[in-house]
Amino acid sequence: MKAHLTRRYMFSASHRLHSDALSAEENRATYGKCNNPYGHGHNYALEVTVSGQVQPSTGMVCDLADLDDFVKREILDRFHLENLNTLPEFGGSVPTTETLCIALYDILQRGFTPAHLEKVRLEETMMNSFEYAGQGEPIH
Amino acid sequence: MVYLTRKAEFSASHYYHNPEFTPEENQRVFGKCNNANGHGHNYTLEVTVKGEVNPRSGFVVDLKQLKEILHSEVLEALDHRFLNKEVPEFAAQIPTTENLAIAIWRRLAPKLKAAQLHRVRVYETPDLFVDFYGEA
Repeated sequence: MKAHLTRRYMFSASHRLHSDALSAEENRATYGKCNNPYGHGHNYALEVTVSGQVQPSTGMVCDLADLDDFVKREILDRFHLENLNTLPEFGGSVPTTETLCIALYDILQRGFTPAHLEKVRLEETMMNSFEYAGQGEPIH
Repeated sequence: MVYLTRKAEFSASHYYHNPEFTPEENQRVFGKCNNANGHGHNYTLEVTVKGEVNPRSGFVVDLKQLKEILHSEVLEALDHRFLNKEVPEFAAQIPTTENLAIAIWRRLAPKLKAAQLHRVRVYETPDLFVDFYGEA
């Protein structure tokens, strides 16, 4: 019996949206206040959805502690209270919430093995959120 | 096709224990959830049904009927209960959020007439929820 399990995590980080490929005026026109030179921060909410057969012996898709440990070690410890522009994931790319969402999906997809990764949903503020389920995959 | 979601809340207690495990295994796998006296949650249930909009009523489903079915089939059985001891599905099954979502699906699916059950979502806490889409 297949079920989807979603866990929600919080982290805070700063970023500045600025592309070296654009002129100062173009950066200003494209990113507006997000282009301010010293950056700004958000409280991000990350939702990780995994799926799998519910194991009869435990009643679980996967051990929640495994997911929590992985997310803490590979994501929260690395991204919480950091400046995203300084992280290797964004070497050369703009740390929009779209690219952050894909980067977090890739970390989970590469390293988390106890269950199948379905999607990552990332709230930048209470008013906007982004979802990614892998290249070309539709969102349910 | 239109999807409609109805929300409900219930509070219940449970504990996790597999009689085939040794006490040490139960403790290792389930941690504090293995405490036999149980602990509780305020669960939030979201039931999503899908169907074509009926041209006469403008409804996918009569919300009053859906609410009544939710009440009689799910809330009456689960609200303010010790799931392990009072809900038959959990006499031989561990009342995890996964199994709870499956049990709620099985209670609701045969009772729905006009609309088709699409998803059962059970929040154990605001930070943890399970979705079940059927027996596939």
